[in-house]
Amino acid sequence: MLRAERLKTAGLPPLSFEVANGECLVVEGPSGAGKTRLLRAIADLDAAPGQVFVDGAERREMAATRWRQLVRYAAAEPQWWTDTPREAMPDGPQVMARVERMAASLGVAPELLDRPVSLLSTGERQRLALVRAVVDEPRVLLLDEPTASLDVGSAALVEELIRFQLLAGRAVVLVSHDTGLAARLAHARLQLAPPVTPRRATGVMP
Amino acid sequence: MTYVPIELSGLALASVLLILSGAISLWYRLGLERSIAVAAVRMVVQLAVIGLVLKFIFEVDAPLWTALFALLMLAATGYEVTSRQDRRIKGWQAFALGAGPPFAAGLVATVFATTAVIGNDPWYAPRFLLPVLGMMIGNALSGVSLVLDTVTEGLSREQAAVEARLALGHSRFEAASGVLRRALKSGLMPILTAMAAAGVVSLPGMMTGQILAGISPVQAAKYQVMIMFLIAGSTGLAVLMAGIGSILLLTDDRHRLRLDRLAAKG
Repeated sequence: MLRAERLKTAGLPPLSFEVANGECLVVEGPSGAGKTRLLRAIADLDAAPGQVFVDGAERREMAATRWRQLVRYAAAEPQWWTDTPREAMPDGPQVMARVERMAASLGVAPELLDRPVSLLSTGERQRLALVRAVVDEPRVLLLDEPTASLDVGSAALVEELIRFQLLAGRAVVLVSHDTGLAARLAHARLQLAPPVTPRRATGVMP
Repeated sequence: MTYVPIELSGLALASVLLILSGAISLWYRLGLERSIAVAAVRMVVQLAVIGLVLKFIFEVDAPLWTALFALLMLAATGYEVTSRQDRRIKGWQAFALGAGPPFAAGLVATVFATTAVIGNDPWYAPRFLLPVLGMMIGNALSGVSLVLDTVTEGLSREQAAVEARLALGHSRFEAASGVLRRALKSGLMPILTAMAAAGVVSLPGMMTGQILAGISPVQAAKYQVMIMFLIAGSTGLAVLMAGIGSILLLTDDRHRLRLDRLAAKG
């Protein structure tokens, strides 16, 4: 279970919320409202005052590397640091078998794992990044626009994967502009207010 | 073979060549004559001052003055490295990161040389210590400059890829390993080139100096080889310290990338 207590990110009031295992919280709000910043703060990629718990343990009680094993942030525009996707996957023969199975379930042929990342399509990269994010079984998934650059068919496969993760007891926080996807998966919603534009000073007060 | 001193009149004669390059600038309207004149005057003043200061320090031969001069070199190193950076790290850390590694590594190599290799007595005699230290720092400084440039540039450009690794639970050094390796490589390149070119492309300055001072070329070559070894060692050490230090400064103990600690480009 994921629980946030007065989590404060830039431009947002302190937020408190809970996401039970097997539940999906959809974070909504216009562009610039701070959806990505909120996900990054939960993953502890940005410093943010307040508390975040997973199964009762606060993020500062463990090493950040351990925290991000439990709480996995999948960015909207996934990046690769290796030549091929396979090299960026966790090691181990069992893991690799699971990687190939998951890739296939998302409609990505296992051969593509050995193709240079630069030759893959945006959609293929996005789906493989999702595989990379969930294959080592984190407890909490923070998904930022997981279907943004996918066609309808692939998006349906990704939705199926998220559903499967929920059935497996993961807590999911989802940011998506796909209202259909959000409506079908959401157990709860968090609505962020539009960003406040800084008021311009019009006169000098004495 | 003896040492032949140069008279001031000789220097005046040599300056004719400087006037020649000024004349070229005038002839082709390069607009550089002013810069040439300023640079030349600066160079003369700097070298005259350093000559006099070193003469004084060698004569008093007191550890305190030697240490003071070394401190001056430390400050100059920090200034030189930070002023060369394209994207600087904010605050005093930039200075510490620029000055610390070249000076510390240079000092280690120099003390090693004067105690174990040259074996002059006492080991802190300024005549040995200061010139060797200067050469160590000067070379380590260019390596460290390259390292800092590569790290700040690399982390900014590959921010998304580094953060992708952090998000997967990799440590800050795992996430930055590609950038760090490239930085160390570029920092070690100048000394590699210098060793490869030594004696073939150009005669190293120190060896030239010793030969002009009447030392046998074989002896001068031996000295140069020792200096090259020392430079290689101290540059390697300085480059490593600067690489690790800059990664530590641009990340934090929660394994976050902290590009907010970089000053704006300029």
